[in-house]
Order: sequence, then structure tokens, then C-alpha cells
Amino acid sequence: MIEKDLLRFLTCGSVDDGKSTLIGRLLWDAKLIFDDQRQTLEAESRRLGTAGAEIDFALLLDGLQAEREQGITIDVAYRFFATEKRKFIVADTPGHEQYTRNMATGASTADAAVILVDARKGLLPQTRRHSFIVSLMGIRHVILAINKMDAVDYDEGVFAAIRDDYMAFAAPLGFAGLACLPISALRGDMVYRRGDSMPWYDGPTLMNCLEEIQSGSDAALLPFRMPVQWVCRPDADFRGYCGSVESGRLHVGDRVAVANSGQISTVRRIVTFDGDLQEAVAGEAVNLVLADEIDASRGEMLAAADDRPDSCDQFMAKIIWMHAAPLLPGRKYLMKIGADLVPTQVSEVKYKVNVNTFEETAARSLALNEIGACNVAADRAVAFDPYGKNRGTGRFILVDRYSNATVGAGVIEHALRRATNVHRQKESVDKAARAAIKGQKPCVLWFTGLSGSGKSTLADLVERALHAQGRHTVILDGDNLRHGLNRDLGFTDADRVENIRRVAEVAKLFVEAGLIVLVSLISPFRADRRMARELLGKGEFLEIFVDTPVDICRARDPKGLYAKALAGEIPNFTGVQAPYEPPEAPELRIDGASTEPEVGASRVLALLEAQGFEADSASMA
Amino acid sequence: MREVAASFENPVMLYSIGKDSSVMLHLARKAFFPAPPPFPFLHVDTTWKFKEMIAFRDRMAAEYGFKLLVHVNQDGLKRGINPFVHGSALHTDVMKTEALKQALDRYKFDAAFGGARRDEEKSRAKERVFSFRSANHRWDPKNQRPELWNLYNTRINPGESIRVFPLSNWTELDVWQYILQEEIPIVPLYFAAVRPVVERNGMLILVDDDRLPLLPGEKPMMKKVRFRTLGCYPLTGAIESDAATLPEIVAEMERARTSERQGRLIDHDQAGSMEKKKQEGYF
Repeated sequence: MIEKDLLRFLTCGSVDDGKSTLIGRLLWDAKLIFDDQRQTLEAESRRLGTAGAEIDFALLLDGLQAEREQGITIDVAYRFFATEKRKFIVADTPGHEQYTRNMATGASTADAAVILVDARKGLLPQTRRHSFIVSLMGIRHVILAINKMDAVDYDEGVFAAIRDDYMAFAAPLGFAGLACLPISALRGDMVYRRGDSMPWYDGPTLMNCLEEIQSGSDAALLPFRMPVQWVCRPDADFRGYCGSVESGRLHVGDRVAVANSGQISTVRRIVTFDGDLQEAVAGEAVNLVLADEIDASRGEMLAAADDRPDSCDQFMAKIIWMHAAPLLPGRKYLMKIGADLVPTQVSEVKYKVNVNTFEETAARSLALNEIGACNVAADRAVAFDPYGKNRGTGRFILVDRYSNATVGAGVIEHALRRATNVHRQKESVDKAARAAIKGQKPCVLWFTGLSGSGKSTLADLVERALHAQGRHTVILDGDNLRHGLNRDLGFTDADRVENIRRVAEVAKLFVEAGLIVLVSLISPFRADRRMARELLGKGEFLEIFVDTPVDICRARDPKGLYAKALAGEIPNFTGVQAPYEPPEAPELRIDGASTEPEVGASRVLALLEAQGFEADSASMA
Repeated sequence: MREVAASFENPVMLYSIGKDSSVMLHLARKAFFPAPPPFPFLHVDTTWKFKEMIAFRDRMAAEYGFKLLVHVNQDGLKRGINPFVHGSALHTDVMKTEALKQALDRYKFDAAFGGARRDEEKSRAKERVFSFRSANHRWDPKNQRPELWNLYNTRINPGESIRVFPLSNWTELDVWQYILQEEIPIVPLYFAAVRPVVERNGMLILVDDDRLPLLPGEKPMMKKVRFRTLGCYPLTGAIESDAATLPEIVAEMERARTSERQGRLIDHDQAGSMEKKKQEGYF
């Protein structure tokens, strides 16, 4: 349907670089402003008076009232226009520092970027930041538009200085095409028309550049990849794998592999509404019927059998963090990659990148708008290609498991082979065997609650009772572990997550050994307790919430910690400066204010019994 | 569309009978072929739609055999909400926005497809393809989820919902070219014909039935007109045109100098009015 080819580009720059004016100018000069829109624009320009007597083109773009009033663009806006040669979709992305995530959003679907610089100001930190993101997101064509030349008397020297600055700065970013040109969006010079103000410039106008850039991608030339979006089974005789071809070509008779399982089959039919096809190429939505019964559900990737993607559970990626709550290594997020959705954690932040200097600095977490190189560990193998090789299959987003917000976006650099080459050792004596010899069912009793809530007292009483019954137990006490295993950790959010991850892993080992493990740990975050729960087998994790109001804990203050925290001597103390997220559905809640410890302990023992952990007691003795 | 069908429990396609809806219906039939679209189609009827639209809707449902749900705000009907007496703003609010929320709540839909396009209006230019709505259907333009590549975040909590706009990146001209290419059936009102109209507030209003009160001095005249956009007949202006076939419409579109929503009264009530409606739950 699209006869003219399409170029998607984004504009980026700082607040006052005049992006919106430029896009308004592009639409205006392309005669894309409809009569009724022009009348509204003229009326609003007069009313707001932001451009004096002239028309304020920016008003065309700033769709949302709040930003109209504040005078800044706060989100990505998409505009459409066409010239004789091609169609354009332009993403207007914000220059305001805190909205970098929107810029990444706009960049993710663009073929080219127009980066605006105010000729009066030269390169700003944001120019560097935006260039870096543009590079990170794999955009290969960049136009540096040095705007407001009218405000510097169309001085060639100003233009040349900024151009040289930028060339030097952008060299390591590896853009395939980089053009620098002087423009005045306000007057229209070197946008469509050359104008007569800059006779010293003999390069192309902005529109020349945009019309000439190679659009689209070379996706059709890459190996065949198609994430399975949906399995079509209208009746027992038909089974089709639906998806959009992400890259490459596919013919009837081609051999395809399910990337994760390695199963191979042959394409029997390529079904579409308009009849079967012999060939499908990147960008087309198809329904594939294969010759063999294979197991490929939604989320799997079908790939050329002789040129397959990586399939592994650990890789290195650059991540842009897009949420106010920081990325914490060890915390579980959901990763959407292709059509696949997998619980995933960042196992390590290797470094974060200073986007102004490209300097790599050590980091343990990523804050909003920070970009870092991370080792990523998925709960199971996923199929991907490095982003540099295939833009379509090397990217992912991270979703928070509670708010369901999109919190980060990543591009994959390479697989981490250590995971694929370190195979699990098969054990001959397993958990069940170890537990059987002790005559018990192993589990974790996870006591969570504020400092001073009575967790340790309770855990101690329960262990004594179990011990008296001849049970094999062990206690993991948060405070005690911090003297040994975790003594390198502090109390920042990142360290707390790591603290809990280690305790959970140790608890798991003890469960493997057949023990009943009592963990006494403040563990303030739901996400981390959930991580611990998921690490263990079904039913092996029993969460016991020792629910004692903070004022009572404070009054008890057995270790004098609240007093110190309130005096400002302990930062990040849970219940004082740091939050505690109470469990939503613990296996047991004990009211720590009104329950005697002995009563609480007997309720924990009753819980164990109810969950069947005492069922084998008859067989011991 | 497959993404939504695979990720949500109870999706629905909003079917407004207009050209965008016709394209959406066509895409849905293609996306799931040879299976039928695995969701119902919902028409929110204000009771003021053109007669030809309703006839077309029923014909399409019978012909293609899709599951059609029609919802009318009965409360609004009882209150006699009427665009002439109560004004376009209240009419739209009660009979469209309220009615839509009622229907979404009643059937507990967790995802709803709409045909909105980013080229239509300024606030729509910033809408996501997957647009998140709170449990009370509100849109928060300052707190939208970032949407990267084609990786759509389909996760929601109970009670929340997602509006999905597969035509976000289409222009009006794209829609017409696609209708032409795929020979998609559309309501005959899009084609020019001689019809009775009155001129009011600079718009040509079709005299679709005898509920249209004629103002002093107004007399229906016969003019060759067609519609670029279809809504409630008292709120939708016709344009004078000779374009009676699809190629003629496409040719006319290529020359167009006004935007299609010019024909919609509701957008003009106040500046930024579409954005306000959207925040309140209008599509």
C-alpha cells in the first residue's frame, strides 16, 4: 500500500534548541498544515504571543496541555508528512534531562536522527547524552542540525567550530552517516529552501539529507527469525505458528529450527488471508504450517536451521533504566524479548557509562536515566542475536513484577558462555534421599518483620521445639550472617537485595541437605522475598510475618538501634528512613504486639503440621 | 492484534462502523486466518448514528459472522440526553464516554482495540500503541509506559485495562489507500451522493431523520455530499464532493487542505478538548 518508501526519524535536542519549531517548519513547508489547523495555529500564536507577531510553529507539536503551559515537550509525539520523494514519520523527543527514557522510546523505531544544537550555545551535555543514546539504540544515520544561525548572524566560523567539536566527540560512536549543517528553523533557511543568508555553505539542505538517507533496514538480508506470537488451531487438522518475520526470508520447503529446543522441521505452507505464499520476507505477518509435529508455543523463536541465534540464559547487555526506583542486581524482573516473557535478574552491574565523557565507572545499581553494562541472568534459556548483528532479535524490555511498569530497556552485546559451558553436575544422592535419612521433609521457615518485632526470639523457640522432637534444623539469622558471609554488604537497597539473595541461596543448599531452615531476616522488600520463594521448590517456602507495629518495636528497641537511627547515626534503617513492604499473603501472620512468643511458636509448629511437614513423623522414631 | 489475543483474557474490538473500524475488522480477519478473530466486536450506540451506519453494521455482522455486542447507555437514554438540547459536550460524555465505560465494566474487558491514529489530533500524536488505563479508565499522559521497538508491555493488574491502537502510525490517506487496495466494504455515506442537508455553524448536517429540529430560516437543500468521518449525524459535517468511487476519494484526499476532524463538532468545544476527554476515558 505504501508506494513511496518511508523514513522514520527522530529529532532531539535541548529544551530551547527549537525542535518543535523545526518540525512545525517541516510540516509547514511541506504544505502539510491543513487550513483549519492553520487557522487554529494563527489564533493560538496571537493568544500566547510566544513568537511575537510571527507564527509559533512549536504550537503545532505540543499536544498536551501541561507541556503547552510549561513550554516544554514531555513525551514523544509522532508526526507524518510526505514530499514528492518519500514519506516521513518524525518522532519529536524531549530535550528535558529527566525524560531520557522517552528519547530512547522515540529512538527505538527510528532509522535516522536529527540532533539539534543551538548555534549560540554549542554542544551541551544533553547533545552528548542524546548522541550516545542514538548510537546505543543502533541508529546509524545522524544529522547534526546547527540551528538558530540567524541569531549568530549566519557566521560560518560559529558553524565550523561546533561542527569540528561534534565530529571529534562523535568519532567513537560509529555512525555510518554523519552530516552537519547550518539551519534556521525560524526563518526556514537550509530546511527546504537554501535561502540566501549562508552563501558560504554548499552542502545539502536538511530536506536533501532526509530524502537521501537509506531508509528501512537490511533485515531481509539477515538469517530468518520469527518469534511465535500465537499458535493458530481453529480445528484439530490445522496447526499454524503465527508471527511477524523479524528478519530474513523464508520459502516453502526451508528447514527451520525452534531456537531453544533445537527441534527441526520443514515449512509446508505459508498461510495468509489472501492465499498461500511461496516466500515471506522480513516485516510480513504470516502463519506457518510445518511438516512435523513440533513443540513451539508462544514465545519460542523459529529460525533458519542452518544459521541459528544464541539460545542461553545469561548474556551481557547495555541497559537504560527508565524508572524512579533503581535497578537492583538480584531482584527479579520480567523480561520481554521477542514474544517471550521470562523472569530475569541482573546478576551484576559491570559499570555505568557517563554519557558526557563515555567514561565507565563502577556501579552496583542503575538509577533513572542511567545506562550501564550488565550481566543478565534469565530463569531459562532465551533466543537472541547480539543487537549489533540483528536489531530485531537483540533487544528486550524489563517489567516490574508488582506495578507492571516498564522499568528498563536493553540491547544485547553477547552471550555469556560461562553459563552454557558450566553444566550442572548430576547428583546421585539427592534432596529426597538426604531428607529420608533424617526422616523429615525439608523446608524454609522465613521470618520477616521489622527490627525488634520478635523474629529471632520466635525462630529460636521454634527451633528448640523442633530440636526436642528430633528434627534436624539450622538457623540463618540476618544479624549473625552479617558478621561472616555478608560482612562485605551494607544497608543500601542494592546491598539488601544481595544480602537476601545470598541467604536464600544458602537456605536452598540447606534444604538440599534435608534440613528445616529457619531464616530470621528483616527482608523488607516483597520482590526479594518472592525471589527467595521462587528459588525453592513448591511448598518449601513458608513465609511467617511477625507483624509488630513500628512504635512497639521502637519502644522495645532491644539493641538500641532505633535510638541511633532516629539520632541519624544509622542511615537506611528499616522503619525509620527505609520502607518495609508487608507481605500480602504470608503463610502465617503473627501479631507481634499481642501474641506471647510461646503461643506464636506453637502456631508455627501447627503450620508445619498443617502443611504436611510433620506427616512423616510416624516413620521416624 | 495477535499479541493482544495471546496476552489478555478478555479482549474486545471497538467497532464504530467508520472506515477505520472497517480496516480494523479486515485486519482482524487477516491476523487470525484461518481461525476467526478470537474476540467480540463492541459498538457503543449513541442512538444518534446515521441510519445507514446501523444497517451496514448489521449487514457486516451477518456476512462475516463475528460476535457483535451493542451497548447503549440506558440511563442516558432515559434522561433523554440529546445533542440538540444538551449540547455536543454532554451528549458525547454521557452517550459515548460513559457508555463505553459501562460496557467495558459490564463485560470485564481487559483490552480494547481502537482505530485511533496519531495523525488525527495533537493529543493522539502522543498516545502509545498499548495505552494503559487505570481501574476507572483514566489515561495519565504524564505517566505513560515507555514503548520501545515492537516490544509491548501487556502486563496489567486486575481491574486495569489496556487500549490498543494498531493503526497508530497510519495516516488518513494510508487508510483510504488500503481500503482501495484490499477492496474493504465501507458505509455508503463515504461516497458522494445527493442528500438532504442543512447548513449550520458552517457545517453541512445531514437530515437523517425527523429528530433534527430545523432552526428558523433553515431549509433542507439537496446537495452532492459525502463524509470524511462518521459519528453522530447531528455532530458530523458533510463535505461537498463529487467523489463517488474509491479512486476518486483517494485522489480527493491527496488534494485535501483541511483535516478530517474539522467535521467533528466535539473537538472544537474548547481548546485541548480531546485531551480532556481522553483523560476521562473517551477513546
